[in-house]
Amino acid sequence: MNTPDPSTGADASVPPLYSNSRSGIPVPASVPPGAVDHERIGAPGQYPFTRGIFADGYQGRLWTIRQYSGFGTAEESNERYKFLLAQGQTGLSVALDLPTQCGYDPTHPMARPEIGKVGVSLSNLSEAEILFKDLDLAKISTSFTINGTAAIVYAMYLAVADKQGVARSALTGTIQNDILKEYVARGTWIFPVRPSMRLIADSILYSNDATPRFNPISIAGAHVRDAGASAAEEMAYTLANGLAYVDELRRRGGDVEKFARRLSFFFYVHMDFFDEIAKFRAGRRLWARFMKERYGAKDPKAQHFRFGVVCGGSSLVAPQPYNNVVRVAVETMAAVFGGAQSIFTCALDEAFQIPTEFSAELALRTQQIIAHESGIARSVDPLGGSYVLEQHTDRMEEMILKVMAEIDAYGGVVKAIEDGWIQLRLAERALQRKLDTDSGRNVIVGLNHFRKAGEQMGVGDVFKLDPTVAQRALEKFQRVLDTRSQAAVDLSLSRLTQAAKRDDENLMPYLVDCCHAYTTVGEMVDCLKTEWGEFKEPVNL
Amino acid sequence: MTHMHARGPLAGRRILVGKPGLDGHDIGAKIVALTLRDAGAEVIYTGLRRSPAQIAQVAIDEGVDAVGLSILSGSHMELVTAVLTELRQRNALEVKVFVGGTIPAQDHAPLRTMGVAAVFTADMPLEEVVRELAVQFA
Repeated sequence: MNTPDPSTGADASVPPLYSNSRSGIPVPASVPPGAVDHERIGAPGQYPFTRGIFADGYQGRLWTIRQYSGFGTAEESNERYKFLLAQGQTGLSVALDLPTQCGYDPTHPMARPEIGKVGVSLSNLSEAEILFKDLDLAKISTSFTINGTAAIVYAMYLAVADKQGVARSALTGTIQNDILKEYVARGTWIFPVRPSMRLIADSILYSNDATPRFNPISIAGAHVRDAGASAAEEMAYTLANGLAYVDELRRRGGDVEKFARRLSFFFYVHMDFFDEIAKFRAGRRLWARFMKERYGAKDPKAQHFRFGVVCGGSSLVAPQPYNNVVRVAVETMAAVFGGAQSIFTCALDEAFQIPTEFSAELALRTQQIIAHESGIARSVDPLGGSYVLEQHTDRMEEMILKVMAEIDAYGGVVKAIEDGWIQLRLAERALQRKLDTDSGRNVIVGLNHFRKAGEQMGVGDVFKLDPTVAQRALEKFQRVLDTRSQAAVDLSLSRLTQAAKRDDENLMPYLVDCCHAYTTVGEMVDCLKTEWGEFKEPVNL
Repeated sequence: MTHMHARGPLAGRRILVGKPGLDGHDIGAKIVALTLRDAGAEVIYTGLRRSPAQIAQVAIDEGVDAVGLSILSGSHMELVTAVLTELRQRNALEVKVFVGGTIPAQDHAPLRTMGVAAVFTADMPLEEVVRELAVQFA
């Protein structure tokens, strides 16, 4: 760790600018005009949508500003949502606690230390009623970061809409509902891969009819990326997972013209500016091609690659934490140049703690400044046609296809995940990234270069979680158990069991009935575990 | 890509890397496991969602010298307390316990007081992690 010269800030140990991007794409000092093939790029709003899915870009509709929040109890989260909506946020994003994500009721021994820690506890319908109290579900769009229990949480959202008298068809929002990446990077899997794929197909097919404006899946590369994958690998794994869902939906009789228009995607944006922009442009072009050429989708909407992003994550570091605001601003610009439909900006302290109200607001302001002051959103794909960017996009596309071919050669994503092959590959890549950071080869200002002696880590101001959260959640949970009709619960669960035994039955109506009966998330999950068993994690390091 | 280094700084040591609780972020645990193996240790990785009792029992059954706990969910105080209690109940007083993950600075001292040998953060170079373990074992 070299200390920079205090007068100039120079640090003699900084490596030269490598001619490869962080994804390993060669980037020359200049690119000649001949590198751009205008035919291949097309126009904004036209196949293959390299330049964006809408001809009018953000002039037609600005991206959704969506900050991730939710912690403690439903009452506290409900208050926070009202605050954020009053601040100009245009969509809600619900974080759920780990017991809800993994399918344990608050009373389970594994749940107790985790209640309300990383999100809100949503153990049964009464909590959802509190969470959305006085919020008009017909007017707000709600995004749930939920996977293992996504179908159940979606059922709960439908049930709470029923209770509020809001037509299901009016609901907008997203459930993440992407189980494949959970096995690889995020870890909230419950059931084995194949029954999990069934549950996902059930929820998507049901949603296409019942909630046609709702996104029943957000196929996410973000977590794999944040764990260590490169931008190219992030896109390759995500597209491969997306195609696996499409295959499953078709196997279940789904119509690609109908379900494909409701598929959406979710990525991280890290610091290599052109890698990020090229990743989105290449991914958008590849997905359109897969949908049209491989699956015969004719409606452009079924070829559209719609995606949300999160800026920050593991690109943020604890030393010199205010630098993180600058990083998030650069990443947000890359997301805008990449054509994102929704953006979440991480708070400067998000890398090491739950954001404070100050840091959360600053993150929101960062994207409002880019949206409304900078003017970069006026023209759609304003960097389109740049020699550097177009060549980078072409090379990114080649690299994505190469990784996808390797997965295919192994036997496809499902097998690669069941065997732990992708998990091991990711661990090795993450180790390499960490070693490159440790050695200073990957420059991170304030962490491995340009550091000052005696610097303090962190921002001093720490968000404190109320220690009574778990106790209050348990008391409320007990009250629900005491007041609900046990006969209704038992009936809803026995019907769910029967339906789960029939492979061609869509489980969604049964899960909604369970929710209406105040059957708990843990009870529904246990019922399905009895039928399907649990995922056996391959631990092959 | 991993090799056994019979003469590495951690040669001859057996180390359990565990993920207690429901947190599913396992890449840090895997990076550390691969690093310790490269440094010569024999590494056992528990996989996700282990209870404190399960981790303590594996530590006993495998006769490990140290247990590394990776926690990023904010539940480290509760979970580390529980693992230490389970180890003590099994008389494994000589097993050293290390903690890594998202551990806010103000929690480091209380963890040390509880009996944790060292706390590692994500920003710490892996070389330093190996060096600290070697010092602890010396």
